[in-house]
Amino acid sequence: MLELATFAILAAVILVSAILVITRRNAVHSVMWLIVALFGVGGIYLLQHAEFLFAVQIILYVGGIMVLFLFVVMLVNLDVAVKQARFARHWQVALLTAVLLVAQLGYALYNHGQGLNLPGHPLVSAPAGNTQAVGMALYQNYMLPVEIASLLLLVAMVGAVIMAKRKLE
Amino acid sequence: MIPTEYYIFLGSGLFTIGVIGVLTRRNVLVILMSIELILNAVNINLVALSQYFRSVDGQVFAIFVITDAAAEAAVGLGLIIAFFRNKETVNADEIDLLKW
Repeated sequence: MLELATFAILAAVILVSAILVITRRNAVHSVMWLIVALFGVGGIYLLQHAEFLFAVQIILYVGGIMVLFLFVVMLVNLDVAVKQARFARHWQVALLTAVLLVAQLGYALYNHGQGLNLPGHPLVSAPAGNTQAVGMALYQNYMLPVEIASLLLLVAMVGAVIMAKRKLE
Repeated sequence: MIPTEYYIFLGSGLFTIGVIGVLTRRNVLVILMSIELILNAVNINLVALSQYFRSVDGQVFAIFVITDAAAEAAVGLGLIIAFFRNKETVNADEIDLLKW
């Protein structure tokens, strides 16, 4: 019961702050609400006993990516953008597409949600702890993907530096 | 004990909000933030189903998704800075440098 109440509160926080992210005029406010939404998602991870992922979410997402976003929002002068229209001219078409997406998702989940037949079961952490289980999987079964991911991060870092540099000599 | 469907409902709701943001907003920064929302919706589903199948693979995939999000944010924000330096705008419908 307490678990369900926690889930309901977290879900409400996530959805409301996500809506606020896409409707705020000022991009700094959007970043702040996105941070709230990411904390909520972190809470969902914790509720599912994915403790390592919770730590990654807080340290990497909230502490890393969001600071990067905030930095760029401050760097890009937004005085003009605040006064301009928030939504693109084709927003009716976009809204229609979104409504179609909602209808499709709702139809699939409503009709086949029961067919999914996914009853909740009491969660148990791995006996040795979630972090150890994830670490074992990462460094045994997923050794090559981890190396590829590190290469991807290196490429992204070099690319970001080159693109944000003032002038290429 | 929460049915796994609830997590999937939450994930699809967050995904839809992200898609609406990507499609309707003009500010490229907010579009990038909406993409982060979409990636988080995917992560919620991955973790929920990983717990449902009692396997840790979904969580490993979620870590890879977060890695991709970091790479995407770094490159995307670098592009935005480079673009802003040239055109003094961050509006998606004014990004037309290929069109003379």
